[in-house]
Amino acid sequence: MGNKQTIFTDEQLDAYQDCTFFTRKEILRLHGRYHEMAPNVVPMDYTKDPDVKLPMQLIINMPELKENPFKERIVSSFSEDGEGSLSFNDFVDMFSVLSEMAPRELKAIYAFKIYDFNTDNFICKADLEQTLNKLTREELTAEEITLVCEKVIEEADMDGDGKLGFADFENMISKAPDFLSTFHIRI
Amino acid sequence: MSQLPSITLHVPEGTESDGQEPSPDNERALHTSFHQLILEQSSLIEAGLELEMKERDRESPACLAPPDACAAAWPEPGQGEQCPGYSSASLQILASMPSRTIGRSLGAIISQYCNRTARLRRRSSRPPLQQLCRAARPSLRQYDLDADPARATLEDKWSLLVKELLSLSPYQRSQMLLTLPISLAEKRTLRRQVNRQRGLLRQRAQHWAPSSPCGWSIVYVGLGCRGLWYRLLSLLRTAQPWHYTLKQISGRFGSSVLSYFLFLKTLLMFNFFSFLILLAFVVVLQAVYPPTSASPPPFTGLELLTGAGYFTHSLLYYGYYSNVTLNDPCTPGSKGSACPPAAPPFPYNMPLAYLFSVGVSFLVTCILLVYCVSCSFRESVGSSMGDLAVKVFCAWDFKVIQRRSVKLQCENFCTQLKELLAEQRSRSHSQSLCQRLRHCIVVLLAWTVALGSVLGCTLAVHHLSKHMHVVQQEQRAQGSGRWQQEAILLVLPLVVSLLNALMPHLYNLLAMWEKQDSPVTQVYVAICRNLILKMVVLSLLCFQWLSRSVVCSTEECWETCVGQDLYRFVVMDFIFTLLDTLFGELVWRLILEKRLRQRPEFDIARNVLELIYGQTLTWLGILFAPLLPAVQMLKLLLLFYIKKTSLMRNCQSPSKPWQASHMSTIFITLLCFPFFLGATIFLSYTIWSVQPSETCGPFRGLETIYKSGKSWVLVLQKSNPNITWFAWVHQHLVENTFLLFFTSGALLAVIYFYIQVVRGQQRVICLLREQIAKEGEDKIFLMQKLHSVYEQRERRA
Repeated sequence: MGNKQTIFTDEQLDAYQDCTFFTRKEILRLHGRYHEMAPNVVPMDYTKDPDVKLPMQLIINMPELKENPFKERIVSSFSEDGEGSLSFNDFVDMFSVLSEMAPRELKAIYAFKIYDFNTDNFICKADLEQTLNKLTREELTAEEITLVCEKVIEEADMDGDGKLGFADFENMISKAPDFLSTFHIRI
Repeated sequence: MSQLPSITLHVPEGTESDGQEPSPDNERALHTSFHQLILEQSSLIEAGLELEMKERDRESPACLAPPDACAAAWPEPGQGEQCPGYSSASLQILASMPSRTIGRSLGAIISQYCNRTARLRRRSSRPPLQQLCRAARPSLRQYDLDADPARATLEDKWSLLVKELLSLSPYQRSQMLLTLPISLAEKRTLRRQVNRQRGLLRQRAQHWAPSSPCGWSIVYVGLGCRGLWYRLLSLLRTAQPWHYTLKQISGRFGSSVLSYFLFLKTLLMFNFFSFLILLAFVVVLQAVYPPTSASPPPFTGLELLTGAGYFTHSLLYYGYYSNVTLNDPCTPGSKGSACPPAAPPFPYNMPLAYLFSVGVSFLVTCILLVYCVSCSFRESVGSSMGDLAVKVFCAWDFKVIQRRSVKLQCENFCTQLKELLAEQRSRSHSQSLCQRLRHCIVVLLAWTVALGSVLGCTLAVHHLSKHMHVVQQEQRAQGSGRWQQEAILLVLPLVVSLLNALMPHLYNLLAMWEKQDSPVTQVYVAICRNLILKMVVLSLLCFQWLSRSVVCSTEECWETCVGQDLYRFVVMDFIFTLLDTLFGELVWRLILEKRLRQRPEFDIARNVLELIYGQTLTWLGILFAPLLPAVQMLKLLLLFYIKKTSLMRNCQSPSKPWQASHMSTIFITLLCFPFFLGATIFLSYTIWSVQPSETCGPFRGLETIYKSGKSWVLVLQKSNPNITWFAWVHQHLVENTFLLFFTSGALLAVIYFYIQVVRGQQRVICLLREQIAKEGEDKIFLMQKLHSVYEQRERRA
């Protein structure tokens, strides 16, 4: 098609197209965004797959994430090194899952990871309280928060262990028609 | 097949300590000897676990740490808080349960997806109901220890996944790759391995492959198609207009306001396809072969508003189109001239082309509409918004990125939560009889006022059109100027648009006075009333046009007259939308900012209903004015930019909760069912039963428009006796009403069947939910037993 870009090889772009929900043009645009966050660190030539990671502080200052109450959790859920820094692969993966083409199950898996603050694979009451505090910016009183947490667990917990496992979370998400449109960031 | 209850606990000897639960060998045996198990329970389990602990102790402590980086954060401190006094050994076993490692450890994900691909291959996503043994626990059914990939090492699991992926079809493979929840780097490695294996397999299969060029060309065509498909996809995505604008709008106002603009884009697409079909098959050809007609009056600016004058005898209206075969050298009526022996390249039967183009454009619109409705139905079927859990996890719109909008969203969220809590509290104390009665009376009164206003508007429109007709006759008798005559024509559309603009505000006021229980019901009720008004007024106008008792009764070419009327309605609708934006948003903002220091909100429901109304007018007018979709497209384009500018300058994000996907489904369904269906009925009636005018248009002189198609079939039958089957099909299937009854009956039967299937599935869901609760109890019981066993051991040691 006559594209003269030298950032990726054709094989790499095909791999990205197969493994994410983005097209070639969008991948190149994403690379541009990744590069402009740290132009001195991120190389323009990715043909050799350089091992470059950007720290969390840079990523959460992106305009798409800056005002999001869960920005740290989002970035650390996609980070592979456990410290919250994202390589380009992780960066593309993050926006691919958050794009509008990603299916419900995939989004549910990552949404569960995001809301699970203490990473114990359950959304327990403490996780819920933290979620609510971030969402309401502490405008609700403590008893209202406790009441809401109890009601949420009561509604969604099916196997009676007092916290939400992934199966409970997925079941609740399947009843929410809006999940696909709200769990979506446009890049 | 009864065996002795041999409960041998297999303990894995590998270094991969991905947590293997000691599980019985044969589930059926376990089940049949459950009673004996209870008796022998503690000693057996203790013995087995002792064996396992000995194995673990033999391994160095470092091996207990899993090789995966993901599973590093094991919940020992957290677990300790929740279950105090549990020994670390039992905690380790609990921490390696599948429910705690899924999503965390790569091995667990891979084994889960291996199972999924295997199931895909076997094409059985759930066991058939006949084989369901009621007593068997579903978690252990189909559990085959030898084939369970969870027992293998990570490398084995990886190669098993690659093998499974290779055995799928390419489409399923790409879907599976896209939905695997592993990191992108690992996905790329997996893809590389799959491709490498596929290349090896193809090489190995080469000497079995057909050496014919046919087989290889299919392979190359397939590869080329795939490349083409990717190119097309990227082209489609780049051809998406307004990507940045929509991002701006959603970033500031959220998904709810965005749904209006997406709806506008959808309508633009419908109009584009209709216009393309009519342009290609009707308009261009008539433009190339213009009919002989009198020279038109000079162009003044008023034509853009009234559609009369210069536009009357132009491509815009029905009357311009000829009823003869274009490009036909054997013109009827030229007597004595012989037809040339060589046939002309393309004689073009204009009446047939006109009829079929209109029919095909409606069919294409119908298909697109039904497809859009089914897509949005699939997304949006769900329970009502009262669920608190759903609200907490799904109500926050991640698309909103502006600081002020995020703050507003936060406040709205708090308000909604408080409202939900208050609602749940008030639901527990029900209202007294007096309050309920009062509420009923208020609702009844509001509905009476609404329906009364609809009736009033309808009568007003009816009497006004009669009056305008009388005035028009007088003017014509008096011979007054063209300007006056054409200005009179604008009065009826003006009044109808005025009513359509003002009445929704009245309904909003009524809804505020009523004070419904939830704000969502308020929106639904307002939409309903608005809808009834528009439907009734449009039905009245359609009846007037078709009966021609008042409107266009004196015109010779009544179709052009009706087309002009519809053009005027479309233009007036646009003008009033502009005025509404000006006054409703700009002026209102100035007033509100002075008084209350806040901006008005964008009324999504009212605006969307206006769009639906405008689109219905276009559909009603396609037969009479083939270029009307182009006018509508222009109108929608202008509207997009005007609404966007006004939105950015004058409005704030909505404070009421708005289920974007639910409402989008409702709007597209409304577009399909009352409005498109009504337009189709109007069109069908016109084609089947109304006599076209004698002097103009492609169907002049015929009894009905449908007769042209029928006569064509007869001509075909006469000309070529080999295709009598076509005429037979036409006579027995299209004209026969029995087929209609039969199709409706079959459709009803299918609908009944699906309803029963849904009911059965709901029952199964209830049963499964009970089973999940029971499994939870089992799990707690087993955990407690495990802890008590370890405690006993520790006490003994």
